[in-house]
Amino acid sequence: AFLRNASTGTCRIEKMLIANRGEIACRVMRTAKKLGVRSVAVYSEADKNSMHVTMADEAYHIGPAASQQSYLNVEKIIQVAKTAAAQAIHPGYGFLSENTEFAERCKKEGIIFIGPPSSAIRDMGIKSTSKAIMSAAGVPVIEGYHGDEQSDQHLKGEASRIGYPVMIKAVRGGGGKGMRIAQTEADFIEQLESARREARKSFDDDVMLIEKFVDNPRHVEVQVFGDQYGNAVYLFERDCSVQRRHQKIIEEAPGPGISPEVRRRLGEAAVQAAKAVNYVGAGTVEFIMDSQHNFYFMEMNTRLQVEHPVTEMITGTDLVEWQLRVAAGEELPMTQKELYVKGHAFEARIYAEDPSNNFMPGAGPLIHLSTPVPNAFTRIETGVKQGDEVSVHYDPMIAKLVVWGDDRTVALNKLKYCLHQYNIVGLNTNIDFLLCLAAHPEFEAGNVHTDFIPQHYDALFPTKKATSKDVLCQAALALILHERIQTDKFKAFSHDPFSPFANNSGRRLNILYSRNLVLLDGQNKVNIDVTYNRDGTYGMKVDGEVFHVFGELDKEDEATYLKCSVNGIVSKPKVVLTNNTIHLFSMEEAVQVNTPVPKYLVGIDASGSQGGAVAPMTGTIEKVFVKEGDHVKAGDALMVMIAMKMEHTIKAPKSGVIAKVLYKEGSQANRNAALVTFVEEENSE
Amino acid sequence: GARAWPAPRPRRYHGDKVATVGSEPDTNSVLFQENYERMKALVTELNERAEKIRLGGGEKARQRHTSRGKLLPRERINQLLDPGVDCLIVANDATVKGGSYYPITVKKHVRAQEIARQNHLPCVYLVDSGGANLPRQADVFPDRDHFGRIFYNQANMSAMGIAQIAVVMGSCTAGGAYVPAMADESIIVKNQGTIFLGGPPLVKAATGEEVSAEDLGGADLHCRKSGVTDHYALDDAHALHLARKAVRNLNYQKKLDVTVETPEEPLFPADELYGVVGDNLKRSVDVKEVIARIVDGSRFNEFKAFYGDTLVTGFARIFGYPVGIIGNNGVLFSESAKKGTHFIELCCQRNIPLIFLQNITGFMVGREYEAGGIAKDGAKMVTAVACANVPKITVIVGGSYGAGNYGMCGRAYSPRFLYMWPNARISVMGGEQAATVLATITKDQRAREGKEFSAEDEAALKEPIIRRFEEEGSPYYSSARLWDDGIIDPADTRLVLGLSLSAALNAPTMKTNFGIFRM
Repeated sequence: AFLRNASTGTCRIEKMLIANRGEIACRVMRTAKKLGVRSVAVYSEADKNSMHVTMADEAYHIGPAASQQSYLNVEKIIQVAKTAAAQAIHPGYGFLSENTEFAERCKKEGIIFIGPPSSAIRDMGIKSTSKAIMSAAGVPVIEGYHGDEQSDQHLKGEASRIGYPVMIKAVRGGGGKGMRIAQTEADFIEQLESARREARKSFDDDVMLIEKFVDNPRHVEVQVFGDQYGNAVYLFERDCSVQRRHQKIIEEAPGPGISPEVRRRLGEAAVQAAKAVNYVGAGTVEFIMDSQHNFYFMEMNTRLQVEHPVTEMITGTDLVEWQLRVAAGEELPMTQKELYVKGHAFEARIYAEDPSNNFMPGAGPLIHLSTPVPNAFTRIETGVKQGDEVSVHYDPMIAKLVVWGDDRTVALNKLKYCLHQYNIVGLNTNIDFLLCLAAHPEFEAGNVHTDFIPQHYDALFPTKKATSKDVLCQAALALILHERIQTDKFKAFSHDPFSPFANNSGRRLNILYSRNLVLLDGQNKVNIDVTYNRDGTYGMKVDGEVFHVFGELDKEDEATYLKCSVNGIVSKPKVVLTNNTIHLFSMEEAVQVNTPVPKYLVGIDASGSQGGAVAPMTGTIEKVFVKEGDHVKAGDALMVMIAMKMEHTIKAPKSGVIAKVLYKEGSQANRNAALVTFVEEENSE
Repeated sequence: GARAWPAPRPRRYHGDKVATVGSEPDTNSVLFQENYERMKALVTELNERAEKIRLGGGEKARQRHTSRGKLLPRERINQLLDPGVDCLIVANDATVKGGSYYPITVKKHVRAQEIARQNHLPCVYLVDSGGANLPRQADVFPDRDHFGRIFYNQANMSAMGIAQIAVVMGSCTAGGAYVPAMADESIIVKNQGTIFLGGPPLVKAATGEEVSAEDLGGADLHCRKSGVTDHYALDDAHALHLARKAVRNLNYQKKLDVTVETPEEPLFPADELYGVVGDNLKRSVDVKEVIARIVDGSRFNEFKAFYGDTLVTGFARIFGYPVGIIGNNGVLFSESAKKGTHFIELCCQRNIPLIFLQNITGFMVGREYEAGGIAKDGAKMVTAVACANVPKITVIVGGSYGAGNYGMCGRAYSPRFLYMWPNARISVMGGEQAATVLATITKDQRAREGKEFSAEDEAALKEPIIRRFEEEGSPYYSSARLWDDGIIDPADTRLVLGLSLSAALNAPTMKTNFGIFRM
């Protein structure tokens, strides 16, 4: 399907199929466009209106939403590649990117698989094999003993071989039980016995394993690149230590606090690893690093990683371009000598998830989505735009925000600044959590490790404070100004367009119009007495304190800003108004204030926020704890639901009496479906 | 040489370039500042009084009212309002004497209905009233314009296609029951609204039956059984929401029979009126300075500027609506009256609403003027004003005395709306003049009887008369008796006129037939 130039050994890739979706598909296409390579997208039913489809030069429907029948459907994808006459397939990450059979199939069909040879994928895919290869190649490997021989002497011997400190762990163990650390040979036996005693008591089994103990481990990985001519280079390391649920959320390059010497050793070890498997293309060698900056090989990822942009930012490279060139048979565009680290880059992954609920993945509509302005130093890698939906079928990542600065401090400030401008309404995101994380003093100091989140849990999950009065005034102002816009819209359609009756300035004769606005700050009802002054300003009384407020709604591009002054302090938060909610996004905070749903609308309110409990996403009801007539308190567990492979406890949104349980165990509930209803409190007033 | 042609530009007509009226006042002058301070004080007093009235009944009554989950009447109105159809709203204030109808309450309700009828405004009645005040039944019940007139008006307005919507948010007892019953559409609030001809005490007295108000005439009864009401509301907010829906379902469309232009603010700030006018009625005020602070772009096309110049007439726009303005610049002479008559004829012919800016001591008196037929010419103007069928709106910006009041569309001439500035005075003649007339008569009488009438006697006679005229001529005295539709801040005049015109233009155009003009 493609022509190989006999003299140079290179071939031209003029058309490429991207066997992926979302941001990475868009990322690959961007480089394709830059290089004049036509791109072919494939898409599932759920993605028919997605950005990657729009962006591609051609797009082919390949099946229903489920990945198995679409993005993992090898036959279908190969067929599309042939139909579209694509010379190459870029697999992106995930899906088929590390699938040996797919890589081989491509080769068989005469299509270039943009990735390493299938043999490298296979070798690196098996942990024990990869460790053995690396060990043989002289790459430091984390040692351990998992054998049946359990005598004290034998275990002690293994510990000495591995090197202290070591961890003695019960095979059946968990939750820290039956686990001890031996710092030196001298205290090995004592710790071993202690571990055995505890394990016997807890699990009635005292079989132990020994592993190298790494204190405060960091996850450091090295970007490597190889070509078909045996050349390999490293593009320095990335630190991806801060993780939740074993997934990275914030990455940076270079690794903080890593000396040039360690950097060189890391890089050379990684290149050694790549060469050991005759690696071609982009790969990542992952290491675990202890507090002394000793590092040990963990595994090699034979694909372009999610976090590759931070490496691009500090090396000034386009790794997708490198991939294409190498795949086309060219030599590596740069030699090791030409590569150097410039500045510092961060990547924050913005997910649809609920950090306060164990980072439960979410899905839903992106009712509002506005981002910082992208430029050479600020990249927004995304596959969605405002109005799109984060689908339950795929990874809930919304975007990657990548920033670059001269040094780590500048880059981190920029990251925080940009996160404040990344505003999403419609579903829960981890943006506020990322901000907490980025602002944590230990993170700022570069003291990162894989247990960072549990260790700093309290600081990273602060209890929600009451919204400040001046921000409540801003919310009230936004609401009032929005009403005026609605009036003006109405006026425009009227047959009497200039009638002063249709003026919503709140002007009254001889008296000043005043009204009581009720806002809900969480569960807290806030009364604001608003007086409309003659000069178009407002007096707002919140909890006995009076504020002088004025401003206007200013539409810039897609977003609306509230240009306002509260007691002389001028600010310009971004404002998004949905049905019953006012969202204010400023450089300080993201605030969400609700307006109470009138009694007469509660019954038909789709979100049911005032009524019963609702399903946070589509899923199956696993367990029901309540029945009709039960008295429950706010926060009591009502049901357990299984959604996105996660258990989710549905809690009572308020105290009251259950009127009806609408789902039984085993039934399927749609997102936002009411699960139970409460008896209406008739005489509560 | 070559002739340079001007670049083409939008075509303009001579008529587009209208001279503006008004002049920059010397705001540093003692007179301006004194005027400003005095008028400002009057406006402050007005605002303070309005603020007090806004509270309705006492703190206790308001507390009792709101503790039942009911909104105060002004809150109800605020929640009812939207930028949709122009409506007339009548809301009972149950915190004032239980919302019952005193003679002045009836007069106000009937006047509100008159406004609705004249201007074709759908009516929304927010009912919360104990009905007629029994001790004052003689002044409330029997006469033509008493309580019964309310329902007569409802029936006849409904017949004219002017929608009648009642929202029962409290009691509707006895005669009051007819407000929702005679409405085109009615809404009732559960546990709050009740409608019955005889309340529980009366029922018990009459038949011995014991029944709760809710069972006797609550929302469930009237929406499910009797059919007296059409819509069932959970609370005040719901009822007002339903009322808005009812208005939307009127399928009402305002059709303007006049041309409209994009409004422009006047060139001069409205509060300069304080300094221009002041509170001393003896000082003359150029009405054109008032006009300059009311009309769009301060543009005023004066009609017959050099003839009968004590009456200023001309065309302008207010909030884009066309108006013919008639204002006083002194006493009325024959020429001024004839000019006014001519101008009113023009406006009626062209369907242009008339604005009267009243500041008039009367028609000129004296032998020469009587002989010149001032009575006849004055009669022409009164005839024209009386018969003019275009919307008429009157603002009393100064004095309103004698036949001047008639010629300048006083209350008896049924202007759609009549407002007073806080500095205004209204009476058959000035207190000083009346006292002097009476003193002269008394002096003559005493002389005939051969009795002495000393200067002290004269002063003693005049003083209470002057005081009485002063009190009865006050805008508050007038407003409290519904001789006007409200006292307004002079700085609000433009807005009030705009609102009034907008309301007035809901009514279809009517042809004018003038009576006989005595020539």
